[in-house]
Amino acid sequence: MNSLLEIHKFSLEFRTRGGTVRALENVSLELLEGGSLGLVGESGSGKSVLSFAVLGILDAAARVTGGDIRFAGQDLLADNGAAMKNIRGRELAMIFQNPRVALNPIRQVGRQIEDVLLRHTDLRGSKARERAIECLSEVRIPDPERRYSAYPFELSGGMCQRVMIAIALACQPRLLIADEPTTGLDVTTQAAIMRLIRDLGREKGMATLLITHDLGLAREFCDRIAVMHAGHVVEIGPTESLFKSSAHPYTAQLVLATPVGQEQLENLAAIPGNLPDLRRNDLPPCRFSERCEQRSEACASALPEIAIAGNHLVACHNPRMGKSA
Amino acid sequence: MVSTILKRLVGSIPNLIGVVVVTFLLTRALPGDPAAFFAGPAGTAEAVQEIRKKLGLDKSMPEQFVVYVRDLTRGDWGTSLGTGQPVLTEIAMRLPASVELTLCALLLAVSVAVPLGILAATRPGSWIDHLCRGITTAGVSLPTFFTGLLLAYFFYFLLGWAPSPLGRLDPYLSTPPHVSGFYLIDSLIARDLAAFVGAIKQLILPTITLALFVLAPLARMTRASMLGVLSADFIRTARAAGLAPTTVLFTYAFRNALLPVMTTLGMVFSFLLGSNVLVEKVFAWPGIGTFAIEALVASDYAAVQGFVLTMALLYVFLNLAIDIAYGLVDPRMRVDG
Amino acid sequence: MAEAVMSPWQKRWTALRYVVGENPLSLAAFLLFATFVLLALVGPWLAPFDALTSNVGTPLAPPSLKYWFGTDALGRDILSRVVVAARLDLGIAVAAVSISVLIGGLAGACAGFFGGWTDRIVGRLSDTIMAFPLFVLAMGIVAAMGNTVANIVLATAIINLPFYIRVARAESGVLRNTGFVEAARLAGNSEARLLFYHIIPNILPPMTVQVSLNMGWAILNAAGLSFIGLGVRPPAAEWGIMVAEGAQYIVSGEWWIALFPGAVLMLAVFCFNLLGDSLRDLVDPRRRT
Repeated sequence: MNSLLEIHKFSLEFRTRGGTVRALENVSLELLEGGSLGLVGESGSGKSVLSFAVLGILDAAARVTGGDIRFAGQDLLADNGAAMKNIRGRELAMIFQNPRVALNPIRQVGRQIEDVLLRHTDLRGSKARERAIECLSEVRIPDPERRYSAYPFELSGGMCQRVMIAIALACQPRLLIADEPTTGLDVTTQAAIMRLIRDLGREKGMATLLITHDLGLAREFCDRIAVMHAGHVVEIGPTESLFKSSAHPYTAQLVLATPVGQEQLENLAAIPGNLPDLRRNDLPPCRFSERCEQRSEACASALPEIAIAGNHLVACHNPRMGKSA
Repeated sequence: MVSTILKRLVGSIPNLIGVVVVTFLLTRALPGDPAAFFAGPAGTAEAVQEIRKKLGLDKSMPEQFVVYVRDLTRGDWGTSLGTGQPVLTEIAMRLPASVELTLCALLLAVSVAVPLGILAATRPGSWIDHLCRGITTAGVSLPTFFTGLLLAYFFYFLLGWAPSPLGRLDPYLSTPPHVSGFYLIDSLIARDLAAFVGAIKQLILPTITLALFVLAPLARMTRASMLGVLSADFIRTARAAGLAPTTVLFTYAFRNALLPVMTTLGMVFSFLLGSNVLVEKVFAWPGIGTFAIEALVASDYAAVQGFVLTMALLYVFLNLAIDIAYGLVDPRMRVDG
Repeated sequence: MAEAVMSPWQKRWTALRYVVGENPLSLAAFLLFATFVLLALVGPWLAPFDALTSNVGTPLAPPSLKYWFGTDALGRDILSRVVVAARLDLGIAVAAVSISVLIGGLAGACAGFFGGWTDRIVGRLSDTIMAFPLFVLAMGIVAAMGNTVANIVLATAIINLPFYIRVARAESGVLRNTGFVEAARLAGNSEARLLFYHIIPNILPPMTVQVSLNMGWAILNAAGLSFIGLGVRPPAAEWGIMVAEGAQYIVSGEWWIALFPGAVLMLAVFCFNLLGDSLRDLVDPRRRT
């Protein structure tokens, strides 16, 4: 299959009053046409920033300092993101957490879908309205004609997330980025939303990039997983391989901290330490080394990229070869 | 929709009652004996007694209040000592001048403050942001009566660009026939271009003076609420959906930012109606403010009271209008309320 | 460690240095504020001439080395009058705001703390005041109560009440349910004791911010009332009335009579507003706008 999204040695920093935050460093990952990739990490690991960079909706304080992002072969960063204007929302769409506040509170949800259609398609008037209603029914919203004129505050969180998905999918994008799509929803709704995203992805042959802090969720819904820590991708590989033979110490600890089935809370291991302050000027090459139990002299030199298996890569000097977590 | 408006109407009734009770209490708070006051220094004991009876001061307070409200609703607001005319007639005659000035000032202030606030919010830290900050801090520090005088000195005395700061129309021009009381409208109806231009010329300085004062709270609020909205989650969603920047800015951000701005409008009207009095004095504007000041100096009590009541009623209705408009813009207000 | 050994006064000094250092305008405002306080305290001794004695020999003299700000129609030195007026103008504002803080703060704190009927009555009172354009209500009050300086203070105090009620009510409503008040209640403190020892001391910081934000407005209102001829009577020196006296000369070019008192009034209000903004930034940096 063809590669849809390629991020190559991408680095980004934020200039703030407190100093320069090196939010992303040499991030590389690849997502195939129709594939699903889970981007997993603690909050602050840079996973959302990366997705904003892909969409070109970064904060004004952000500076790209290196690398490139390609979508279907097109360089998204070229000409100040000129290519992005026609891709964003049409071929590349994104949904967010806390759906109840992620929709315009004073605009009918149907109109919000229509806004996207008017921007990216030739549909106008009643045609656009019909298509908006169709979008609502595609995300399994019952009684879509009536829901068209509902306001977000009249809908439940789950319904709002469905509306947001409808907005994202209105133009049949090739890639959907879902940033913690179940945060802020109750547990029963979470599963329904995740299934909806997976099913729609399969139906339309759409690739999905799932951003989450929940490794278990990523395991359930993604065929590949990239683990991020403090602005680095520390390990990336097929889901099964990553779980079976976690090569990076951080991944291994994450796996131990992830409940499987009916596991008791006391059996779960906490990861010691915190993310390092990314404003520091003396950050070690491996940003995990200060929390790492397997640290060695080698960790002071530049990070390697070691292939565990064909497409299972790890950025660590002392990978846990062949050991299962 | 209709029920929303009805609810707002009902909601403003307590304020209406409050206003009437306070103005009633103010009439009874006259220093000393109101009857003696109205009888004047030459009033004999019998005269005072007669006035007391005539004013109903011999009755109990609740009875007096009922009489007061009955008279108000009948349009009997007392007689002005200064002119001998019924107060209501006097006020009705002068009100259009004040309203015309106030509306022009509001229009000017909104059309400057809102774009300024939006620009400042979309470019934080830029020169326009600093300009906005400067204007908002300096603007609320300006004593309206002083800025009015300064403007008159510069534009009338030094530069000669503005007409003499006296009244609504140059005395050489004839007043357009009374239709609405607004000279700008009446002169157009009468197809009297000279009067229209003359009225505009007279309006410019007082309008700027008034607008300068209320510009500050409006710009400040627009900037703050625009900043808040621009960092909201739904704006990120709209941007991620690839909507055009203008759509994001106006259809999504601005309409939401408008809501807190509309709430500030209440305070802005309070400032406008208050400073209106001062500006009218500076520019000898023949509105109800000037009327009230003359009445105050002459201790013409019924007139002052009529003025306070008119302004308060006007303000209650303006707030009601803001409330209704708010309910129309914000769907969340329509259901509960 | 340094934090621990600092006396309260040192801490205040550090806080002050922080506010002033953050923004040079704040420093200017603070110096200006100190000057105004000084003028209000010792103004009459600093004024070069008597503020009330007229001098028929030199009416309407433009600014000169002898009369820095010129003289008015009665030959009185405008500089002296402007300096002397500081006490009356600031005095009216301070007195009015003090009354507002005391009554509004107490009423608001009770409303927020007790809720129920107290809250409803206080809320109604506040809403009724706010139902008027405030300056107009002040005019009405002065007209009804009598045209004296004391009534100007009272009127200004009344129209400022709602702002303090609102702040105190919101703060005490939040504090009522916090852990430390609940703990004090369980320890057997009476409701009145809770209110005075636990609630009111804690609403003082936001009230202080409100005071500094309101002071400029109170000065403007008081000056506005004197400008239209209420309260202060001539020949007393007061900025508002001095601007009014100079108003008729503006159109004939004698600008200094109105300009200097007006500019000083503006400066005083500006200085209070700047200080208020800095203080608010210090107490609540999130609301910086």
